[in-house]
Amino acid sequence: MTDALTSTTSAPVPEKRSGRGPWATALSRLRRSRSAVLSSLVLLIIIVMCALAPFYASLAGSDPFRSNLGGKIMLNGAEVAVMQPSTTGLGLGVSPIGPTWTTQYMLGADTQGRDVAARLLYGGRNSLFIAGAATVICLILSAVIGIVAGFSGGVVDMVLSRIMDVLWAFPVYLLAISLSIVLLNSSFSIGPFTVTSGSLILPIGIIGVIYVPYVARPVRSKVLTLRNSEFVLASVGLGMPVHRVLTRDILPNVVPTLIVFVPILLALAIVTESALSFLSIGVQPPDASWGTIIQDGQTLLYSRPMVALAPGVAIAVTVLALNVLGDCLRDALDPRFKLG
Amino acid sequence: MTEPLLDIRNLSVSFATESGPVTAVQDVSLSVAQGEIVSVVGESGSGKSLSLLSVLGLHDPRNTTVGGTVTFRGQSLLDLPPKQMRHLRGRDIAFISQDPMTALTPVYSIGDQIAEQIRAHERITAWAAQARAVQLLADVGIFAPADTAKRYPHQLSGGMRQRAVIAMAVSCNPALLIADEPTTALDTTVQAQVLDLLRKLRTDYGSAIVLITHDMGVVAEMADKVVVMYAGRVVESGPAAEVFTNPLHPYTWGLLGSIPPLTGTRPRRLPSIPGAPPMVGRVPAGCAFAPRCPARLGVCSTEPPRIGTPGHTALCHLTDSQRATARPTTLESA
Amino acid sequence: MIATILNRLIQMAFVMFGISVLVFLIFFATPGSDPAARIAGRNAAPETVAQIRHDFGFDRPLPVQYALLMKRLFITRDLTSFVNRGQQVIPQVIDAVPATLSLVTGAAILWVLGGIGVGLAAAAMRDTWVDRSLMILALIGISMPVFWLGEVMNLLSQSRFHDTWLFSWVPGLGYVPLTEDPAGWAKALVIPWLTLAVLYIGIYARILRANVIEAYSEDFIRTARAKGLSERRVLIRHAFRTSLLPFVTMFGLDFGALVGGAALLTEVVFGINGVGRLTFQALQNLDLPVILATVMYASFFVVAANAIVDLLYAAIDPRMRT
Repeated sequence: MTDALTSTTSAPVPEKRSGRGPWATALSRLRRSRSAVLSSLVLLIIIVMCALAPFYASLAGSDPFRSNLGGKIMLNGAEVAVMQPSTTGLGLGVSPIGPTWTTQYMLGADTQGRDVAARLLYGGRNSLFIAGAATVICLILSAVIGIVAGFSGGVVDMVLSRIMDVLWAFPVYLLAISLSIVLLNSSFSIGPFTVTSGSLILPIGIIGVIYVPYVARPVRSKVLTLRNSEFVLASVGLGMPVHRVLTRDILPNVVPTLIVFVPILLALAIVTESALSFLSIGVQPPDASWGTIIQDGQTLLYSRPMVALAPGVAIAVTVLALNVLGDCLRDALDPRFKLG
Repeated sequence: MTEPLLDIRNLSVSFATESGPVTAVQDVSLSVAQGEIVSVVGESGSGKSLSLLSVLGLHDPRNTTVGGTVTFRGQSLLDLPPKQMRHLRGRDIAFISQDPMTALTPVYSIGDQIAEQIRAHERITAWAAQARAVQLLADVGIFAPADTAKRYPHQLSGGMRQRAVIAMAVSCNPALLIADEPTTALDTTVQAQVLDLLRKLRTDYGSAIVLITHDMGVVAEMADKVVVMYAGRVVESGPAAEVFTNPLHPYTWGLLGSIPPLTGTRPRRLPSIPGAPPMVGRVPAGCAFAPRCPARLGVCSTEPPRIGTPGHTALCHLTDSQRATARPTTLESA
Repeated sequence: MIATILNRLIQMAFVMFGISVLVFLIFFATPGSDPAARIAGRNAAPETVAQIRHDFGFDRPLPVQYALLMKRLFITRDLTSFVNRGQQVIPQVIDAVPATLSLVTGAAILWVLGGIGVGLAAAAMRDTWVDRSLMILALIGISMPVFWLGEVMNLLSQSRFHDTWLFSWVPGLGYVPLTEDPAGWAKALVIPWLTLAVLYIGIYARILRANVIEAYSEDFIRTARAKGLSERRVLIRHAFRTSLLPFVTMFGLDFGALVGGAALLTEVVFGINGVGRLTFQALQNLDLPVILATVMYASFFVVAANAIVDLLYAAIDPRMRT
């Protein structure tokens, strides 16, 4: 008896539909969000600054990867030693110069007499590069595992899901540490590729792998719902080959799920890389990253805190911008959270 | 005539959305007398639930604005401070929501949830409140009420849950019950039981009931008065008997036509109203029903007048003679 | 009920087994240098390496190696460190547990209280400036690396402001056993507790706020309001109570992981001799048997914490009791 009320045949009321697809809608939502624009801007500035590292280094005039214990710079018209006689404690030994706020040793020097500001920019290149590459690896692996597990079901799904369960129960840092310590101290080859110890590939690979369960699980459940949705069942029923179903029906719908993870993974990767480097099992000297600089600054913490503070602030600002962007992206792509 | 229990005058509700404010309910007036059953009928999206929820102050104040006047026992509700409104809710005006499956908090027992409401309004020990809860469950016809009180919502069937929700609603002897499609989510046999229960409660407790529904069959069975809503406005209102015998608005004709006849030959198919109601914010100018109306005239694109007698009014351009000729033809064509 | 418990136990055993296999594979079957040489540590004598190769059965198939290792870890418990000349590994790990437990438990109390407080306040005042500021603070808390925040705290409390009333009570870095000096124990741990809690307060407040706001769109919240309950009661007894489940799940995982050694960075920065710092020191000496033991111990805690969470579920949500 409710037929009259639910009938929707031939509506004479013209319905105006916005002709934009979900991507355009999401993009316009992002553009209208002040936090999204601001955080993107901050990230852009950080990336540009790190890209310009060689430019600053040439201004500073000293090699940020070589120790410069006997170096001297011109400051306010006077020649000043980079390593100065210590004024604190017993007055023994030397302590590196503090922030000069000029183009030379802007943030002071570290224990090796190297320009901290230059190392910060070069370190940022490594930190960002590692984070970016690890994120790409993680997304690809997660997409493959999630789609294979979700789409094939049965034994394949069970095995993959159980493996993910085990990895998931394993604290990420311990997993990263275990992998690092085993792989770090010797070069090895996988097929034609030889990985030398100290290569950036190690932290990239390790960070890329350890976060896979966190992304593969949601991808799998998304694929599972998609596989049982009417349009996929229809495609399968019409005899469409599996690879067509995957590329035309599944993948486009998984991509938003993956994209939401991009800023979050980048943020996690930056923090994880810095922690590994801080524990001296991430980026290896003479290469720098924000984590290794914090470690360099540890012994100078009370006398020249800038060495440890600056890279920490760089990490915090970058990660904060990524987290804000992540929130905005999720709001824009996932209407369920729109009201939140 | 005595003062009505609830009197709503020119109620309007609008939302703030991403693309500016949108009016969802406009110029709604209705009154409920002591012990009366008033049915508010309309399709989903017609604003019937929203009107009554905003009367209770259950809308989201951050993005909803409510205008007009609402008087309950001579007291204006819309500008009542939140605290006093709260004391009124549950004690004087109770609410029964549509879906009993989701209306109860899943983590507390039925008895606790009923007792919680009693204790929100009366100074009474926890033990006495529980005992009252059991009594109330018995009153709404639940077998083994003491045992049911200890159960959790997910352990009960839909009909049982709706009885529990009703028991909770009447726990403080409210003067007015607002029931939002209380039978929609239930099986047909259970529907009849719940309606019987509501009627019984009216005689036992003397509560007036506002019954929100889209089901004209329910209206015919229950209502003293009918208010028909379409696209956020009241298109017809009057005593049930009059609305059923002499419906003024073509939309009401359509609704009545959708009731299957109990006697006579069975029609091959029930007539239906073509098209769908306009979405909120996309309501056409003039009469909102005009695009779907079988008796549409040129004048319908302008604001329709309120016609009829003081007790029974409608929002329509049709004159009596036009109506007399149009109605039989639409019934035949349908 | 018994079937459920049994099922959970089997799952637990499976995860434990999986983790132990994973650890075994990472340490003994990754490509690269000889595992015996890894275990022996730097500059080990060839005889030691040969001895290890025999003891751990590296000349035998992998399953045998796995069985031998598990036997040494759990049955004979005689795994020894070669870097520290035959020191037994398991007692070392057990000795380090109280410090880690003290650190993590205190921080957990802080972050649960803080997370609930901030999350509920933000949810109750959502879309106001209070909510926005709290969420920005939470995000900042999440974005700072914990070891760096620890160093900043040290800089402030041990150096820059150590001579002011603010931090003059802060003792030097290190752990004081609770049984020896309860007041000293608490004083030494306050700063580490705060440091470790900041990150988790941020995470938990954000999750709780989102869950409570989601709960607010549920019908039962409308029912609760229609009953005439106060906003506070609706928030705490209905919206918060029903959003507790994901909160507890996360707590189980995080607490387990931290006790299991994820608090390593905090322990290192504050010089607390817990399991994490033990791992860190072993890391620097390349003392593989210790790392092996701490990682296995960690996984044990994670799995145990998850099992406890599963039991808590039934207490929190009656729907889980059937």
